[in-house]
Amino acid sequence: MLAFAAVLVTGALILVEANQEQELSLSILWLGLAYLGLLTVAHLAVRTWAPYADPVILPCVALLNGLGLVMIHRIDLAMADVKLPGNQVWSPAAPKQVLWTAMALVLFCTVLKVLSDHRTLARYGYTAGLLGLVALVLPGVLPSFIAPEINGAKIWLSFGAFSIQPGEFAKILLMVFFAAFLVSKRDLFTIAGRRVLGLDLPRARDLGPLIAAWAVGVSIMVLQKDLGSSLLFFGIVLVLLYVATERAAWVVLGVLMFCVGAFVAWKLFGHVQIRVQNWLDPFADPSGAGYQIVQSLFGLGTGALFGAGLGGGRPDQIPEANTDFITAVIGEELGFVGLAAVLLIYTVLAMRGLRNALAVRDTFGKLLGGGLAFAVAFQIFIVVGGVTKLIPMTGITAPFLSKGGSSLLANYILVALLLRISDAARAPKTTPKPRPQQPAIADQFTVMVERPK
Amino acid sequence: MNTPLRRIGLAMMAMMLLLLGNATYVQVIKADDYRKDPLNRRVILDQYSRERGQIIAADGTPLASVQRVDDRLKYLRTYANGPAFAPVTGYFSTLYGAGGMERAEDDLLNGSDDRLFARRVSDLITGRDPKGGSLQLTIDAKLQQAAFERLQGVTGTVVAIRPQTGEILAMASTPSYDPNVLASHDVDVQEEAWAGYDADKSKPMLNRAVHENYPPGSTFKLVVTAAALAEGKTKDSEVDGRPVITLPGTNTPLPNFNDTNCGNGVTASLQEALAKSCNTAFAVLAAELGADKLRDQAAKFGIGEQDLSIPLSVVPSTLGPMSDKPSIYQTGIGQKDVRVTPLVNAVMAATVANGGVRMQPHLVGKILAPDLQVISETKPDEVDEAMDPEHAQALRDMMIASENNTGGGGKLSGVTIASKTGTAEHGENVRSTNPHAWYVAFAPAEKPEIAIAVIVENGGQQGLAATGGRVAAPIGRAVIGAYLGGR
Repeated sequence: MLAFAAVLVTGALILVEANQEQELSLSILWLGLAYLGLLTVAHLAVRTWAPYADPVILPCVALLNGLGLVMIHRIDLAMADVKLPGNQVWSPAAPKQVLWTAMALVLFCTVLKVLSDHRTLARYGYTAGLLGLVALVLPGVLPSFIAPEINGAKIWLSFGAFSIQPGEFAKILLMVFFAAFLVSKRDLFTIAGRRVLGLDLPRARDLGPLIAAWAVGVSIMVLQKDLGSSLLFFGIVLVLLYVATERAAWVVLGVLMFCVGAFVAWKLFGHVQIRVQNWLDPFADPSGAGYQIVQSLFGLGTGALFGAGLGGGRPDQIPEANTDFITAVIGEELGFVGLAAVLLIYTVLAMRGLRNALAVRDTFGKLLGGGLAFAVAFQIFIVVGGVTKLIPMTGITAPFLSKGGSSLLANYILVALLLRISDAARAPKTTPKPRPQQPAIADQFTVMVERPK
Repeated sequence: MNTPLRRIGLAMMAMMLLLLGNATYVQVIKADDYRKDPLNRRVILDQYSRERGQIIAADGTPLASVQRVDDRLKYLRTYANGPAFAPVTGYFSTLYGAGGMERAEDDLLNGSDDRLFARRVSDLITGRDPKGGSLQLTIDAKLQQAAFERLQGVTGTVVAIRPQTGEILAMASTPSYDPNVLASHDVDVQEEAWAGYDADKSKPMLNRAVHENYPPGSTFKLVVTAAALAEGKTKDSEVDGRPVITLPGTNTPLPNFNDTNCGNGVTASLQEALAKSCNTAFAVLAAELGADKLRDQAAKFGIGEQDLSIPLSVVPSTLGPMSDKPSIYQTGIGQKDVRVTPLVNAVMAATVANGGVRMQPHLVGKILAPDLQVISETKPDEVDEAMDPEHAQALRDMMIASENNTGGGGKLSGVTIASKTGTAEHGENVRSTNPHAWYVAFAPAEKPEIAIAVIVENGGQQGLAATGGRVAAPIGRAVIGAYLGGR
């Protein structure tokens, strides 16, 4: 399957080059080989340190990552001919992205090796939570020479040529914290507490840290104008809470809170109003505020069912084509078919993650795995939904596809954790504790994985 | 914990289905709307990077062609001798769209025209890059060049037509512009050139032959004469010869040029009145004929036609409302609200030259496939019988007399020209505004080969002293000479 992914990616790369340059340059070979090498290393790492891990996850990730590299390279080629204001020269993003991929894979292998059992993480729940919050706050409080404001959001830390978004890592750290916290307090949540309006409210001191971390996290992201991340984070915590307590009321309460919060944000912040306005009617200001989303829709529409072909589209028309709007470029060049395929790969990835969470035996693993899987699906929903005008555009990267080192590093860590959990789920039982396994559930989920057409 | 996890799974599936559904809506259902949206530059950009067809003159001289270049838009549009031919070819710009024939025949040139359908299908199968078809114009490259050179230094236009077919042989307009800079792939060059042309008060990008109409002045007396001939008058019929008359019901005098007598000062023959371009004679004659007959005759010459396309769109020519008697008087001498495009005035001359039969004016001779095979050829199209042949012949004789009575330089020896000049007043204050100088003619009178209309805006360098004979006639004669001498 990995080889299949490699062949697909290299084929796509060749198409791009052929369509764009009319000749095959050496850089294609370099990129292709680098990609293959990295894949092999990752594969061997998984085989060595997590031999029972789900065999589908890594090829999915590899395919997405490879496709992302191709698209970023393709956008580089397009942008190289575009005149930037002030005679700037477009600096190619693809080589950097390959470098980031390499670094991400190193991190990926490290996580797999060091973390031989995901339950270890549960012990560091509070540490993770604290670290996560610090990472979130850091760019907000640091002076702007190290934490510059880019596109209105102050979420980056820059060290010379490198810049990272600590928020991407905070997301995972906080997920670990919530999972650990909820598992430890799970029983208290369901037993102790009062009944208010038909809902069993846990005691304040049990709920406190949770609400606090949640509120702080979301509000920091909102204050940093990182709407996409706050939405994502909010959703993840809600799901974790729901899975841990098994109470649908939490979801209802959460959605209500979201509505209130969204309304308040809409009232308070101009940039939120602009986003909503662009969503309702992007054609009201097609060359100003609505330009990006209008161009995205044009790209998707022009791509239509089968797309303009790799290298045949006009990604230079869409601002931020290689980050938030990379799926629009895929939709333009590969058409609806290509976009649907990408969405299905994500679906498979998330569903395999979820299936492993179901199969794993410990509650922490279930919770963390479920949260991680949901994070992937929800993030894709937010970004693709934004690009296709299903929901307001909130500015978030597409995991593995988009340009961006932090996103890539964080998502590879996420996958490493998923693989670790799947390894635990699928490993033959070493402890002779005879608990009835659930083959039926596994079967059910095979059905669900195949549901989308 | 497994039940909620499974529900989360369902929620995830639901989100994906929503995304897929929405993608279907955007990429399949709304795809066409988005693709064809005028704000969507993708389709246009694609066309710009396709090998666009050529525009060539009647003799095959390339006027607009493409050159392969090394950037994203693979082909650069180039215009040989751009300014001289710009009113015809137009421009083709990535920023500002297209003008002239580039715009009128864009579908053909960019290869999306239905006439190229069979070819496109075979391109698709064989994987050839689609190419645009080419246009062979009716323009005589040498004549166009001569007309353009003759117009240097003045603001004006020359239109030349082959009377028997309606083929437009030349259509020059000055001042002109260089379409090459507008076609540049350097955005800054385009922007700068466009801004310059746009700000220029002399409107270099205006094709004065078809996109501007002017008071025809005395050239309109041809219409009045034609209407009079149709009513049974002859060239010897007596018309008013007074040097000055008063517009009925007003104190406004309407004088002849320099208040001269026409004929004996009381009456004159129609022929003499036309030759001397007597205002009083034609004002009274127009009133005698009445607004309806004038309008009918004008319509037969094409004045009032709303949607003439050659295939450049032509602004309509009009007689105006002619609501009262004084306006009919003034209409009779081509003033008041009469407005005529130089093209239509040339058509009028061509109609007389062609024995009264008006041919559809056109610029496209042949449509060629990318490999220059002829796809279709424009057949001469008879639009209207504007005059009886004998009336046309009578008018021709009167125009010969008019030419003989007209001064100005550049008279040709050995060629009989039939012509009419015009000196059209315009503007708020007609006494201080330099008049437009007109010259419409055809030659050789016995067997016409070319009909022309010349206008020089605001009298060229002659200022207030300008007349059609002094300013426009020399240009017209030179163009006729260039055409007849060059064969």
